[in-house]
Amino acid sequence: MATDVLFRRLCIGFAWLSVLLVVFIVLRIAFAAAPAVSQYGFGFLSGRVWDANKGRFSILPEIWGTMYSSVLALIFGTMFGVAAAIFLSEGFLATFLFGVLKLFGLEFHPVFGKIPEQAENLLRNLIELLAAIPSVVYGLWGLFVVIPLIRPVCNWLHLKVGWLPIFGTDLSGPGMLPAAIVLSIMVMPTITAISRDALTAVPPKLRMAAYGLGATRWETIFAVIVPTASRGIFGGVVLAFGRALGETMALAMLVGNANQISVSLFSPANTLAALLANNFPEAKPKDVAVLMYAALVLLGITLLVNILGAAILQRTSVEVEGGKA
Amino acid sequence: MSAESAPIEQELNPFADVDFADLEKSLLRPRTLMSGLLSGLVTTMTIIALIPLFSVVWMLVWRGGRKLTLACFTQLPPAPLEQGGGFGNAIVGSLIIVALATLIAVPIGVLSAVFLAQSDSSGKLAQTVRFAAKVLTGFPSILAGVFAYGAIVLITGGFSAIAGAIAISILMLPTILLTSEDAIRMVPAKMKEAAIGMGATPTQVAWMVSLPTAMPGILTGVMLAVARGAGETAPLLFTALFSNYWPMHRGQLRLMQPTSSLAVLIYNFAGMPFQNQVELAWAAALVLVLLVLVINLAGQSLSRNRAS
Repeated sequence: MATDVLFRRLCIGFAWLSVLLVVFIVLRIAFAAAPAVSQYGFGFLSGRVWDANKGRFSILPEIWGTMYSSVLALIFGTMFGVAAAIFLSEGFLATFLFGVLKLFGLEFHPVFGKIPEQAENLLRNLIELLAAIPSVVYGLWGLFVVIPLIRPVCNWLHLKVGWLPIFGTDLSGPGMLPAAIVLSIMVMPTITAISRDALTAVPPKLRMAAYGLGATRWETIFAVIVPTASRGIFGGVVLAFGRALGETMALAMLVGNANQISVSLFSPANTLAALLANNFPEAKPKDVAVLMYAALVLLGITLLVNILGAAILQRTSVEVEGGKA
Repeated sequence: MSAESAPIEQELNPFADVDFADLEKSLLRPRTLMSGLLSGLVTTMTIIALIPLFSVVWMLVWRGGRKLTLACFTQLPPAPLEQGGGFGNAIVGSLIIVALATLIAVPIGVLSAVFLAQSDSSGKLAQTVRFAAKVLTGFPSILAGVFAYGAIVLITGGFSAIAGAIAISILMLPTILLTSEDAIRMVPAKMKEAAIGMGATPTQVAWMVSLPTAMPGILTGVMLAVARGAGETAPLLFTALFSNYWPMHRGQLRLMQPTSSLAVLIYNFAGMPFQNQVELAWAAALVLVLLVLVINLAGQSLSRNRAS
């Protein structure tokens, strides 16, 4: 009996431990940041200077860079992620392969007949594989593949339509656009996976009803299926936003680490996470509090976005399950 | 006979004035054309979305594979302008850090999961634990490093493998906890009831029935977490830092010293203006990706065996 009580307490203890860990992390960062918070106050969030020698610190350019890169990544990532989710959930590939097999009369063949389903699984796994590649490898790839590839295009755009603010500078190396492109590849699997779940959860009845009324496949997708799944897709996008905000390595390697605010896609910038990655290893003891303050800001933003995304998904799953019953 | 029935048929046939050719699927009609175009667009976008994957794999094999030799695994990182060299210490360092992190995260994650799976899911503590795990899932990896820096590096006074492992374990915990809970919940109630009926105590049920039955699922979660932990860079940058030497010194493992890792090596070498270092970064990236993929696939095959 004694071991029973002991084991039970042990389990409860460890459960508490994981809760306390989260509380401890937040408090630890907050306490370490406290001296800087009281010294710099809200001016820390609105100033543009970061000069360790003069002891003047503020992070508006980093907040701007974090938001700008994440929003850009989200635009690309959502376009391609939702397209891939529709492609997967509508079974385009399987239908196509089924048609090909039918030409040869093999659609119910015990071996070949399984190809459509297997190809669909393979495709889904390939997209999930994008998420398994470590971010530092994406950074390396961005540095040696993406930047050389897009540089001529970007500089041509700057030359021809440089009067547009977003093309206002040329791309001399690392910059906002390559960082955003790589970031969008990293958040795309999240958007695809969650959107696909939301799209497949749409009750088949609705689709049949739309087909029965004479709608084409894409009229059905746009008028019935995507609107029904929109809340789930939106939740996925918000979670992807949270991930993009906190992503560090790809940005530290590709964004250029320049302490400036610019709307140009091609100018170097900086983000909160990259700022932390670059400054912590050589931080002097008196600067640690300042960096902790920046970390606290990042923590606040990502927590807010993540809890929002989780709440949206939670409500969606309740609604869809309720609709089925 | 046919002459007689023809007018009657015509009168009864409701489709008499329907042009059947008009009902054929035709791309000339705007609606069909639109549908076809959109299908083409989505297919193209999906293919474009997969290009980065193939490009990354191709570059890793082409640039990394060319440089990958046995020396990579046995030698120390080269100094600037030095030729040759390898990243043997980084591989050992990565393995040490991830092993330590697993040792920390697995007991907390699995025992919390046992608690979660056995307790009523509407309980206060259970809900709080699940919420905490979800918060950690979306936790930016760099902040785990910031925490370990504040809680370990500043207190022990130096960068160390332990600090790196603690940072990584924070990122591994939610995956282990949530997948283990699912796995334990999937153990059929009959099995537990049978054990209770034979007089087993709750502890015995957990250790001898629930955990062994749920083991493949738990291992899958652990493997996925290890794969994620092995690839993390940001939390190691200023916790384990980097080292140009082996983590072993005179036969002793030094855990309280700065320790090298594959991920940080890639980051450091990628930014260097030396050809040799950049090539080593690609070779190290190939090793890291292979490592992560093998662990990932091993984990997934475990859960597939269970499902079948």
